[in-house]
Amino acid sequence: MEKIVEEGQNNQTRIETAAANFKYVLVGVFFGIVFVKSEVVSWFRIQEMFRLSSFHMYGVIGTAVVVATISTLIIKKFKIKTLQGEEVVFSERPFHKGNIIGGLMFGFGWALTGACPGPMYGLIGSGFFVFIVALASAILGTYAYGILKDKLPH
Amino acid sequence: MDFLRQPWHWSIAGVLIGLTVPILYLIGNKPFGISSSFKHICAACLPSKAPFFDYDWKKESWNLFFVFGIFLGGVVAATLLANPEPMKIAISTHDQLANLGVTQFSQLEPTDIFSFSGLLTVKGFILIVAGGFLVGFGTRYAGGCTSGHSITGISNFQISSVVATICFMAGGFFVTWLILPLIFKL
Repeated sequence: MEKIVEEGQNNQTRIETAAANFKYVLVGVFFGIVFVKSEVVSWFRIQEMFRLSSFHMYGVIGTAVVVATISTLIIKKFKIKTLQGEEVVFSERPFHKGNIIGGLMFGFGWALTGACPGPMYGLIGSGFFVFIVALASAILGTYAYGILKDKLPH
Repeated sequence: MDFLRQPWHWSIAGVLIGLTVPILYLIGNKPFGISSSFKHICAACLPSKAPFFDYDWKKESWNLFFVFGIFLGGVVAATLLANPEPMKIAISTHDQLANLGVTQFSQLEPTDIFSFSGLLTVKGFILIVAGGFLVGFGTRYAGGCTSGHSITGISNFQISSVVATICFMAGGFFVTWLILPLIFKL
């Protein structure tokens, strides 16, 4: 079953209680520890990546893509159901001009802040509190996009 | 515990980050993606008549629990699992950044720029505030970030995600090599 959905969109049919949401906190904690301990949250590691002076980030992202691809293929092939017994929904993402323009804009921001969205949360937790400002600015950026959306080429 | 405190190897991090994709699919039919959290925070907290923010954000609140977890994970990593050693940075990047004017190299972030005193400088303001704004605007316009497009999208063979990832990298190279030197002269 494939349908058009947005990134991160909840595809579970069953309604979740606050208690059920606790499991996402746990996955987040696990994920946040990996992010910080592998230093992918670091501005320096992002600079090394864009200066081609270290394999680290390419290794992390490349391995993650391979593992995610194999896992996704296994779920599709064996039609593995979710814990709730539902069929997994895989998002179709039709191409639009925003993939290019927005993608370039995110790339600019990535090189400036040295952080994609996930690392921002991890950095705040690690005590780099100035990233609260970066996060607030990112939320404002998303807000600006939401208001201007219809005027932008897609 | 010692090997947990040291910086983790890319292969371990890559496998664990990659596994987040099937974990989220299987525990609740959720496609892995983080930048959507910005949108849900807008929909939940900021006033708007824009149709883009007119949806049931509570149904998507799992994403906010998830990013709250990432924040907590950061707390754990920086306390229980804190690395006692200074940051090791590739020599060529270290020297190029030192030439630009970066002075602090011992932590995850150059604290001369990414700190509240750094925020009050022109370059700090551009890197943190303008950079953050571009991350928020760009990810939503592109329809995802590194997690949503580069990992989840590509693992599901989406052409748009491959295009977006190429553009993320192109934008990053452009700013690193051509724009950062100008910003550091300000």
